[in-house]
Amino acid sequence: MFENFDLQKAIFGRLSLESIPYHEPILLATFIAVLIGGAVVVGAITYFKLWGYLWHEWFTSVDHKRIGVMYIVLGLVMLLRGFADAIMMRAQQAIAFNGNEGYLPAHHFDQIFTAHGVIMIFFVAMPLVTGLMNFVVPLQIGARDVAFPFLNNFSFWMTVSGAILVMASLFVGEFARTGWLAYPPLSNYAYSPDVGVDYYIWALQIAGVGTLLSGVNLIATIVKMRAPGMTMMKMPVFTWTSLCTNILIVAAFPVLTGVLVLLSLDRYVGTNFFTNDFGGNPMMYVNLIWIWGHPEVYILVLPAFGVFSEVTATFCGKRLFGYTSMVYATVVITILSYLVWLHHFFTMGSGASVNSFFGITTMIISIPTGAKLFNWLFTMYRGRIRFELPMMWTVAFMLTFVIGGMTGVLLAVPPADFVLHNSLFLIAHFHNVIIGGVVFGMFAGITYWFPKAIGFRLDPFWGKMSFWFWVSGFYFAFMPLYALGLMGVTRRLRVFDDPSLQIYFVVAAFGALLIALGIGSFLVQIAVSIKNREKLRDVTGDPWNARTLEWSTSSPPPVYNFAFTPVVYDHDAWWDMKEHGYKRPLSGFKPIHMPKNTSAGIILAGICFVTGFALIWYIWWLAALGFVSLIATAIGHTFNYNRGFSIPAQQVVETERERTALLQSAGA
Amino acid sequence: MASVTADASAAEAGSANEQPVFYVTDEHEHAEGGSTQLGFWLYLMSDCLVFAVLFATYGVLGGSFAAGPSPKDLFDLPLVALNTTMLLLSSITYGFAVLEMQKNRVSPMLLWLAITGLFGAAFLGIELFEFTHMILEGATPKRSAFLSSFFTLVGTHGLHVTFGIIWMITLIVQVRMFGLTDANKRRLLCLSMFWHFLDVVWIGVFTFVYLMGVLR
Repeated sequence: MFENFDLQKAIFGRLSLESIPYHEPILLATFIAVLIGGAVVVGAITYFKLWGYLWHEWFTSVDHKRIGVMYIVLGLVMLLRGFADAIMMRAQQAIAFNGNEGYLPAHHFDQIFTAHGVIMIFFVAMPLVTGLMNFVVPLQIGARDVAFPFLNNFSFWMTVSGAILVMASLFVGEFARTGWLAYPPLSNYAYSPDVGVDYYIWALQIAGVGTLLSGVNLIATIVKMRAPGMTMMKMPVFTWTSLCTNILIVAAFPVLTGVLVLLSLDRYVGTNFFTNDFGGNPMMYVNLIWIWGHPEVYILVLPAFGVFSEVTATFCGKRLFGYTSMVYATVVITILSYLVWLHHFFTMGSGASVNSFFGITTMIISIPTGAKLFNWLFTMYRGRIRFELPMMWTVAFMLTFVIGGMTGVLLAVPPADFVLHNSLFLIAHFHNVIIGGVVFGMFAGITYWFPKAIGFRLDPFWGKMSFWFWVSGFYFAFMPLYALGLMGVTRRLRVFDDPSLQIYFVVAAFGALLIALGIGSFLVQIAVSIKNREKLRDVTGDPWNARTLEWSTSSPPPVYNFAFTPVVYDHDAWWDMKEHGYKRPLSGFKPIHMPKNTSAGIILAGICFVTGFALIWYIWWLAALGFVSLIATAIGHTFNYNRGFSIPAQQVVETERERTALLQSAGA
Repeated sequence: MASVTADASAAEAGSANEQPVFYVTDEHEHAEGGSTQLGFWLYLMSDCLVFAVLFATYGVLGGSFAAGPSPKDLFDLPLVALNTTMLLLSSITYGFAVLEMQKNRVSPMLLWLAITGLFGAAFLGIELFEFTHMILEGATPKRSAFLSSFFTLVGTHGLHVTFGIIWMITLIVQVRMFGLTDANKRRLLCLSMFWHFLDVVWIGVFTFVYLMGVLR
């Protein structure tokens, strides 16, 4: 291309036209589809002149509710990508028998299973969980925003930045071929010299900063900003689980950051942390990454437990059974989640004593988890259960999660694990708890809080379609994997020799197809709900006759959430208010101080993206430029001291008057 | 708070007409930055965990010399003791700066802050001298897992000190521009926590890496 090869290298690093995989038809077709789709979206936004609206009202917003919604949108978009990977793997494994190589070449298949895991955990589950916490927690504790509103916006855009980096790897270069935790020595430079692992590292580092800061933010919010009267033991259970999750985030994500720094030093500088020679020790990496990795699964599932607690109490019309035990169970799980990491690699050979210790701590976790399950069951017992969609997801969770929990305890037995390690039994187990726990929980939560966030309920018919496709699809997709795992089939295989196994993979692929219909129904549900929004509108602010403070506000809540800070006497504060004939205050409004929107978050995250991209491709000048401008912009932002503004009392009066009119029209 | 509780119990005790008060009527604005100290403390603890990872890695790999140089061959304890003194003195002078800040005396505060920064820079200078010396002897981070983990642990601490100094310069500028406002005081206290935290980490490095390294 250039006469002077060195010049090209200096400017573009190892990036060249060859980095774009135009010779791979699957990727090329995807790329074209994404380009067309992207052009349509951009065109539509431009045509409807929405850029200004999006920029001022959403992208630069520091409103925790909007940021929460954006997190959830990100999670759902990435779910489509993660699921596309899943169904490609299922299709490949269903046909790759009897000498058929399938349709995916090995280096592509390996990227797909890595990307699937990374995307589903970091860019689907995490944004959904963080989004729900962001939206719900300040409302539940009677606060007007989070403790650090700008930081919240910045955290969100860092997560987006990481997600875009992963997406970019699809079309520029390649993604890691190492499995979702990128174990060395395979992930080290000697065996993976390409950009794949570097994409992995920088996507996770950038998104990880966002996650860590949002953890700090929500802990400070919950500790410092609760409404008067809300003592710790009067916090709603979802807030409790959020607190524990964010403590886990702050205590676990630095370890991920640390270990990835060490891996990048190995790859970029040539140090010997995880190499096979010069004293390096790859098992050090495996230990460290699981010290983050095991708490991570509880980071995901605890908020889901919180959702189920809120949903069960609301739809059974009863106080949650055993509130105190629920709180203590959550705290015990939080602590124990740090004492079990080694069960991910019993086969490392640490010896009987170490393995027994970690086996036993792992089994002990099932006790508080079991206590939670009985609490939900006893809440249902003699309750007036309304089988609305969130409750259906909750019941499906209870049935499914018990199976996943039991296979987990089975895997906690070291001798059994020696047989089942890295088998499809393990794959079935963790999909069982993550889909049955986290995904069902997020769907329950989204359906439950959707009217609060957007102002109208979701269409129940398509929701039920989605529910039944998801639940039955899950069983079809993963029960065969349990059987296969028990027969000794290992994970991440591209082709199979034994034709008798094929039928299991065909059934699993059928299950994945059902899940595809479930996701499709969910999208249809959203479209149908938007179309019928007037019919589904929630004017009361409390469509489910619920129990916690967020339902005392209008749907969607005003920017300031509460015209007057509520005072709390009970952990079901809103229910308590309703019981005592609470009357909405109609006068005496005062101006409300709120944080101002800022574009600093999106700019900083954008610079991080560029810096990350430059580091991946060895474009050193750009990386240096990015780093310097990152620091300069951050410092520049600190010179802005004027970060708040006041909503005048008159505006509060008008907003509240509109609500009064709405409530009267509803006849409330 | 007390009156609120009293209201609630009154309502529960008796007449249905008397309602508990469900919202704060005379709201006073919360002071801005009320959560900053807690938030920054949480960040520091997360940073502490990054160091924990590096310490653990050094603990595991610190004996893997790969037939290369060992701590005994490399560490120059008097030099490191001098370095430690620089950092400890900088913590004391930061303390003086905070005392002046509480008396609202801008110029002495800035002076102490500048002295702190100079001690920090001296620390960094000595550390860089030590690193250069080792690298010139062939003890590079690539040489062995011991040296990889040594340079990473000590270097990460040095990087933190560097950022601390950049932050300090920023704050000096901001105090000169805007005076000792509440926001600036809050920032000075955050940097103070950060600076002392780095001191504590250095004590760990000095003991765990240098002293015990020469002993074993």
